[in-house]
Amino acid sequence: MAGKQGSKLDRQKFFADPIMVTTIVLLIAFLTLFILYPLAILLVDSFLTEKGFTLDVFRRIMAMSNFRRAITNTLKVGFLVGIASSLIGLLFAYVEVYVELKTKLLEGLFKVVSMLPVVSPPFVLSLSMIMLFGKSGIITRYLLHIYDNSVYGFWGIVIVQTLTFFPVCYMMMKGLLKNIDPSLEEAARDMGASRFKVFSSVTLPLILPGLGNAFLVTFIESIADFANPMIIGGSYDTLATTIYLQITGAYDKQGAAAMAVVLLCITLLMFIVQKYYLEAKSTATLSGKASRARMMITDRSVTVPLSILCTLMALFVVLMYICVPFGALFKTWGYDFHLTTKWFAQVFTRYKGFKAFRDSFLLSLIASPITALLSMIISYLVVKRNFKSKGFIEAVSMLAMAVPGTVLGIGYIRGFSGGLFHTGILQGLYGSAAILIIVFIVRSLPTGTRSGISALRQIDKSIEESAYDMGADSFKVFMTVTLPLIKDSFLSGLVTAFVRSITAISAIILLVTPQFLLITVQINEFAEKGAYGIACAFATILIVITYTSVLLMNLFIKYFGTSRVTE
Amino acid sequence: MAKEKKGVRLEHVSKIYKDPKTKKEFYAVFDTSLNIEPGTFVTLLGPSGCGKTTTLRMIAGFESPDEGEIYLGGEPINALTPNKRDTAMVFQSYALLPHYNIFDNVAYGLRLRKYDRATIKQKVTDILALVGLEGMESRMTNQLSGGQQQRVALARALVLEPGVLLFDEPLSNLDAKLRVQMRTEIRRIQQEAGITAIYVTHDQSEAMAISDQIIIMEKGVVSQIGTPQEIYYHPKNEFVADFIGEANFLKGTLVEKNGSDDKATGVARIGEDKVEVQEVGHLNVGDPCELVLRPESAVLADEGQLPCKVVLSCFMGSYQNYHVMVGDTLVKITDFNPKNKKIYDVGDSAFVVFDPKNVHIL
Repeated sequence: MAGKQGSKLDRQKFFADPIMVTTIVLLIAFLTLFILYPLAILLVDSFLTEKGFTLDVFRRIMAMSNFRRAITNTLKVGFLVGIASSLIGLLFAYVEVYVELKTKLLEGLFKVVSMLPVVSPPFVLSLSMIMLFGKSGIITRYLLHIYDNSVYGFWGIVIVQTLTFFPVCYMMMKGLLKNIDPSLEEAARDMGASRFKVFSSVTLPLILPGLGNAFLVTFIESIADFANPMIIGGSYDTLATTIYLQITGAYDKQGAAAMAVVLLCITLLMFIVQKYYLEAKSTATLSGKASRARMMITDRSVTVPLSILCTLMALFVVLMYICVPFGALFKTWGYDFHLTTKWFAQVFTRYKGFKAFRDSFLLSLIASPITALLSMIISYLVVKRNFKSKGFIEAVSMLAMAVPGTVLGIGYIRGFSGGLFHTGILQGLYGSAAILIIVFIVRSLPTGTRSGISALRQIDKSIEESAYDMGADSFKVFMTVTLPLIKDSFLSGLVTAFVRSITAISAIILLVTPQFLLITVQINEFAEKGAYGIACAFATILIVITYTSVLLMNLFIKYFGTSRVTE
Repeated sequence: MAKEKKGVRLEHVSKIYKDPKTKKEFYAVFDTSLNIEPGTFVTLLGPSGCGKTTTLRMIAGFESPDEGEIYLGGEPINALTPNKRDTAMVFQSYALLPHYNIFDNVAYGLRLRKYDRATIKQKVTDILALVGLEGMESRMTNQLSGGQQQRVALARALVLEPGVLLFDEPLSNLDAKLRVQMRTEIRRIQQEAGITAIYVTHDQSEAMAISDQIIIMEKGVVSQIGTPQEIYYHPKNEFVADFIGEANFLKGTLVEKNGSDDKATGVARIGEDKVEVQEVGHLNVGDPCELVLRPESAVLADEGQLPCKVVLSCFMGSYQNYHVMVGDTLVKITDFNPKNKKIYDVGDSAFVVFDPKNVHIL
């Protein structure tokens, strides 16, 4: 066909928007330098030996039986955790969005419980698991009189990871369920479908891509999880811990790089499968037209069993968490149950507690707004705009999603410790606060981007077009329309980024220098030594910080969020 | 009210799309040239997929034409982004900003243009009065009915005093009665504001009711441009005749022609019967021709031009609805005010009667 004047004009219009062009250029530079480059270095490391381009390193690591076992271990755990977490997450979300909860207490319990695991460092549950069900665990030793129970290994990891990750699924599913137009379900009900039929034939198909998404996120999170297998895995090694030991224990940088490439390939493969499956099925359910509020289910045959089920699970999780502050208050866990404040005192007097909290807090505080804004900008560009390098931006930010922290950590060590391509350029970055902040950003960016994208996909594109048409440029449209419409998503992205950063460990433990004390690294250290009192004291204070920030966010959303519109 | 009414001109504009499934390129709009006079109300009418919305979106700037140039008030605007164009659009889904109340929605564009507070307040109040939403400034968008949301969308576009106002099927989400009421409103407001309006719809009665000019599109190509009367009484082809109102098509041959100008009269043979026809200047004797007969232009009688057999006879109150067979062709007839007329029943033989002046020849 003749002239392609259209694309030329589109380009011309695009460049008439300097703010956007600058943003995109900066974004591409950032993504290339801090996501692509470290991964590329890993590839170079694992293929390039003195003999040139070979597969020697891979041959060597595949010959290790513990590495082969780690692969199957990781996949088994990931699959089970993925399924369990997404289902429990869906249950909680459904109960919150659809079911009329009888009491305020129950309602509050749900929220606290669902929030707790989100705000806690991942290994806190491992700690309490050991303290409740381990050899000197309160439940196993004192209630059931089992003296040789072992929580270490496969089931320990699965349970702890499920309890850790299901709240993420819960949040994702809640967002989706809320956006379903109630009249769709009313229509099905009206046509004679039972409640269950409505759920299985209307609600479920609508959220199926989201459910798959939740499964994917948990699967990858589980595979990438470093802290829990470290503490509760015992001799059951997963890929992340194997890689960590390979570089910190065996000082085998090439082997670790190659293992990281293997781990990356697994997560990447799953990710691609899921993404293409999801892409085909995603549906927009929110239009520019306002819709009415949902009629809650009040039928006792539905509310009672669901409430009981959720309450039981909620109580179990609460028990797990209550354990942690008590662990910090007892003299010697399992033997001496006298209350004491000596662990808290020691945190601040002997173990530089103030410095640890200041470092963790400040670094996360700087990283989170940058992360949240960046992920909203990326989502906006990906969903709402059309330009040449969009594919690149989308692919790389999605790629980051599939990169486990351990892999990224190894990549940064190899990529920045000697400067760019070992030339010394940007060497000052390594060991600085900046690189820690960047790691925080890169680690939280995919989650934020993902939730931003799904929030944006559900906004009718003509809403933004109308603002554009009335004279707003892209920057103005983004600030006055897009951002306010996804304000909830932005805020939760902000807090999630903060929480993820302050509780992060997998990548950061490989990069942190003695100059910075991070709480999570401290907890890990003391937990490994078996000094549960100190570990619990650190963890308790960390939970308090993160929980407070989430509470503040919820209050903020409640009074200033977009949900106010429906009142 | 408009600062300046602007005309819109399209010169050989085409838009190429790629079919997402087959990856084949096709023309969504092909070689379209239009000249819309300032201050007129023009409708782009056609079935879905005919390119009318694409044309509108090219004028608004959301799509870029692959060929040709678009002019607004004499200026070429191809390279301008939507926010730099002197156009304002009313969207099918209303596209109100859900986080703003009515006032803020309407004031949005004014604030971008940096008017002072007092002016904005004045303008918003005036325009809300014009669309009949006085005193609703502080309502949120989801507290409004569909018709009210549509009025806000209209106010929001009008308040910017654009050179041209664009409508993308604005009434398709409303119920029928409201649709009729709103289209009258839109026409009244357009006239009062004295603004150029381009309106996209697939509803022919809507187009007839509000337009100065109708542009009929089919498969990306303009079929006919004209006033509602021209299009209804002198359709250029079968597609237009069929799309606008109801039409019967009787195929025949021109067997006699008197005169040579446009007004030439003649005789056409349909089956075994001969009927008098007018305005056949474009045909020669022996040419095949087609008679376009509107259902309300014909009645049934015991004597007349074309013998027929009644296959459906239905009393509709204000008219009697007949389906009759003329040879192998089904002809629909609506006979108005049937109270004191002879009613034919199914199976009856009769004749179709019409005035040659009321028949258009293709």
